[in-house]
Amino acid sequence: MATIPRRQTLKNTYRERYVYRRRMFVCIVLLMVMTGVLVSRYTQLQILDYDIYKTQSDRNRIQLMPIAPKRGLIFDRNGILLAENIPSYTLTVIRERVDQLDETLAIIGELIELSDDDIEQFKKRLRRRRPYEEVPLKFRLSEKEIAIIAVNRHRIPGVDVDAQLVRHYPQGELFAHVLGYVGRISEREQDTIDPVNYSGTHHIGKIGLEKYYEDLLHGTVGYQNVESNAHGRILRVLERHDPLPGGDIQLHIDAQVQKVAYDAMAGRRGAVVAIDPKTGGVIAMLSTPSYDANLFVGGISGKDYRALQNDNDLPLYNRALQGQYPPASTVKPLWALAGMYYGVVTPATRYADPGFFSLPNDTRRYRDWKRGGHGASVNMGQAIAESCDVYFYELAYKLGIDRLHDFGTRFGLGDVTGIDNTNERGGLLPSRQWKRDTRGSHWYPGETINVGIGQGFMLATPLQIAVATSVLASRGELRAPRLLAAVGGEPVEAPLLGKMEDVPESQWDAIQHSMEEVIYDVRGTGRSLRKGLQYRMAGKTGTAQVISIAAGEEYDSESLEKRKRDHALFVAYAPSEDPQIAVAVIIENGESGGGVAGPVARAVMDAYLLNSPDVASGEQQ
Amino acid sequence: MSQSDFLRQLPSGAGPMYSQRTLSQRLRIDPVMLFLLLLLSGVGLMVLYSASDENAAVVLRQGRFLSVAFVVMVLVAQLHPEQLQRWAPFAFIGCILLLIAVHFMGVGAKGAQRWLSLGGFRFQPSELAKLIMPMTVAWYLSSHPLPPSWRYTAASLVIIFVPTVLVATQPDLGTSILIAASGMFVLFLGGISWTFIFSAFGLLLAAAWPMWEFVLHDYQRRRILTLLNPESDKLGAGWNIIQSKTAIGSGGFEGKGWLMGTQSHLDFLPESHTDFIIAVLAEEYGLRGVLLLLLLYALIIGRGIWISTQAKHCFGRLLGGSIILTFFVYVFVNMGMVSGLLPVVGVPLPLVSQGGTSLVTLLVGFGILMGIYADERLVHQ
Repeated sequence: MATIPRRQTLKNTYRERYVYRRRMFVCIVLLMVMTGVLVSRYTQLQILDYDIYKTQSDRNRIQLMPIAPKRGLIFDRNGILLAENIPSYTLTVIRERVDQLDETLAIIGELIELSDDDIEQFKKRLRRRRPYEEVPLKFRLSEKEIAIIAVNRHRIPGVDVDAQLVRHYPQGELFAHVLGYVGRISEREQDTIDPVNYSGTHHIGKIGLEKYYEDLLHGTVGYQNVESNAHGRILRVLERHDPLPGGDIQLHIDAQVQKVAYDAMAGRRGAVVAIDPKTGGVIAMLSTPSYDANLFVGGISGKDYRALQNDNDLPLYNRALQGQYPPASTVKPLWALAGMYYGVVTPATRYADPGFFSLPNDTRRYRDWKRGGHGASVNMGQAIAESCDVYFYELAYKLGIDRLHDFGTRFGLGDVTGIDNTNERGGLLPSRQWKRDTRGSHWYPGETINVGIGQGFMLATPLQIAVATSVLASRGELRAPRLLAAVGGEPVEAPLLGKMEDVPESQWDAIQHSMEEVIYDVRGTGRSLRKGLQYRMAGKTGTAQVISIAAGEEYDSESLEKRKRDHALFVAYAPSEDPQIAVAVIIENGESGGGVAGPVARAVMDAYLLNSPDVASGEQQ
Repeated sequence: MSQSDFLRQLPSGAGPMYSQRTLSQRLRIDPVMLFLLLLLSGVGLMVLYSASDENAAVVLRQGRFLSVAFVVMVLVAQLHPEQLQRWAPFAFIGCILLLIAVHFMGVGAKGAQRWLSLGGFRFQPSELAKLIMPMTVAWYLSSHPLPPSWRYTAASLVIIFVPTVLVATQPDLGTSILIAASGMFVLFLGGISWTFIFSAFGLLLAAAWPMWEFVLHDYQRRRILTLLNPESDKLGAGWNIIQSKTAIGSGGFEGKGWLMGTQSHLDFLPESHTDFIIAVLAEEYGLRGVLLLLLLYALIIGRGIWISTQAKHCFGRLLGGSIILTFFVYVFVNMGMVSGLLPVVGVPLPLVSQGGTSLVTLLVGFGILMGIYADERLVHQ
């Protein structure tokens, strides 16, 4: 090339053509090299790394989707539905498909009601999402809201309505303290559950029966292989394994009896527990006031939760399982039995009741509830029927705390009953050991006196009191109370914890007779319940002091604030010749065991015994 | 041509030379090239049918574009290279003016201003530049003795530089590369000295850093970084390239079959109609399909190169050579970028990717090539 003289202006076409051909040859070589690069690149991707990309491509399109099992239903003993699953519609957003999130939220806010709470919770969930995941914005859409969203769908791409089965409690607040509720799985729960089995599940039992029988109710997860596109939309199902639904369970609970108890307790704070002494099955268990468990299922709003928490009547507090009250005079039949069992008294033994009791060499007077006492000669029957305190002061003193503790334990006092529910508390049956461990001091004889009338250190839950009553009714059979009667039609037995075969029948007879006197004696503290009674009832009243009244002071209900008035208690079982139900009722600040708590127990027994088919047919024979 | 035509014409004998010419000669088209281009277009429509999720409307629309483009090609083939040579400087000035106009009154999308709207008709002046560039450089060099001296080389570089920068700053990196390449090819084929080539390469390497720092846009820099490490941002910048590599790789040797590509049909593959359509082909037809497509391209390019070498006029030779080499650059850059070899710069796969404008540009180029060939055959006879 360099041979061409610089100045030459004539074009040498032959030479130009030669140069062109040489240059084009260079280009062709270059083209071949570059084509070789392309071929080797595509060979590398399609032949050498084929397996990698094939897997990658399948992983892109095929996804393993869990299918949540249907949660087991809960029925009462007569097949009435207490917990079911209903479809619920949730407004969801796929963040990746929304350009302007704030704008979209504003549009949704114009269409349907969106609270600040909804948006705040949504933004929290948004931070924890996986790509292309549907993030819930609002739960429990109404039919109208679904329609509005459907019509305006084109304005809000990436927003969808998702249908799910969620728990519903058709009986509202009637069973909140029995069933508890399910709620959205929390981050803390996420760490403890089986991640595979719960991969499709959004809700878990939080409290109550729903939590206790979570494994039974939940079922086993199923799964499906689905082909989905880049937007996460499922196009077809390649393979499907159906989930195993949770077991349907039947309870001992009688919804009608529960309703009667609820109505009878109207407006009062307290608890009602009814147990079948033959099986330990819980017929009714109520704590009032209650709350609507449905509020918790979709996530309760902050406002509603604060309202429940700040309510002075403590609706969230399960009084039946957690309320620890002095059992008061309802323990007197137990101590009378203990007196006979240990040979300290016989039914004929009589004590004098001048209106007070004093320990030897002590001037302190333990007063009877009745001014002037129950007379110079009170026997066991009278002492129970009229609820004579002085008789039991003396009896307790003679028995001593050790024997009281041992005997009380056999009735399930002082420890949890083992009911199939959560958060049960064990009450307190004091002993020397307990005093030493917790207070670091000796047991004083005066403290035994108070235990004699179920006060002082002694505490029991309404459930424990009902269990103790059930032991009296069944003549010594201590059973762990059971809510669960059957799973999928298979009956479940309540475990028998103890049987008091060492107590002679005659002693049981004496106690039963005394408890019948409470109702049928003209001076019985429960005599007002006798009217129109269609079965034979054995009961015992109780009045638990909320504040201690100093000696010499009078208890004047008028001058006391409502919250400091005595709690009213009543326990009973019936029919006394063949007990089918044992009931314990406690009404906070109700004052009168026989007058206030008694009618509630009577209503519960009437509902159970008179509506129950075998009793009704028995009556007719 | 049928037998009867042949029999009827032979006895008359005395007809002018004109009447003895075949139909293709009269139409000034190269039947071999036409056949190859139609074959490629057919393959393109088939792949597009799959890429568009069996949307016949999209295919019909592309078919209309193709028909128009082929008609335009035949029309352009009627022009003689000398005419093009005469118009080249004026076309160049007009083109520069239009490119400047784009900067001031252009319209566009996604942060780039590429379109000019004239009375409801929208077009990209940068597409014009792809053809006017080699014409202008060829005109300039062919009017001077070759190989070009340093002075002419420098002047040619200025001719190349101005439109390239105007397009690159729109910004449209892919088109500016094609424009620059088409000009450079003319220079190279014209016999520019090797000393110059090597020193220019040295300078380019030295200029790489300031280019990176001051000339490239953020999105272009991100694209290059993503290419180096696409895994860094799976759902964002890296998504396209990861998905296209997955589509290609999962095709294997045999492919998943026509209309069976999951990557494209399930929307994992972005831009599957346009720039990334080779991934659809690779996924559904496998390496076999890719190699056959490359063979088809090689035949077209080989025929084009052969045509250009036949040209006796310097202008036609340089222009024809540049057009066919630029065509290869399309193929190389597109297949390179989709397979993750090169940065994603937005170059379509010629005659396969959907899109009207680039199609017309490409076939106008082939029209010019055919015009050059027709003149050669005329000279031979």
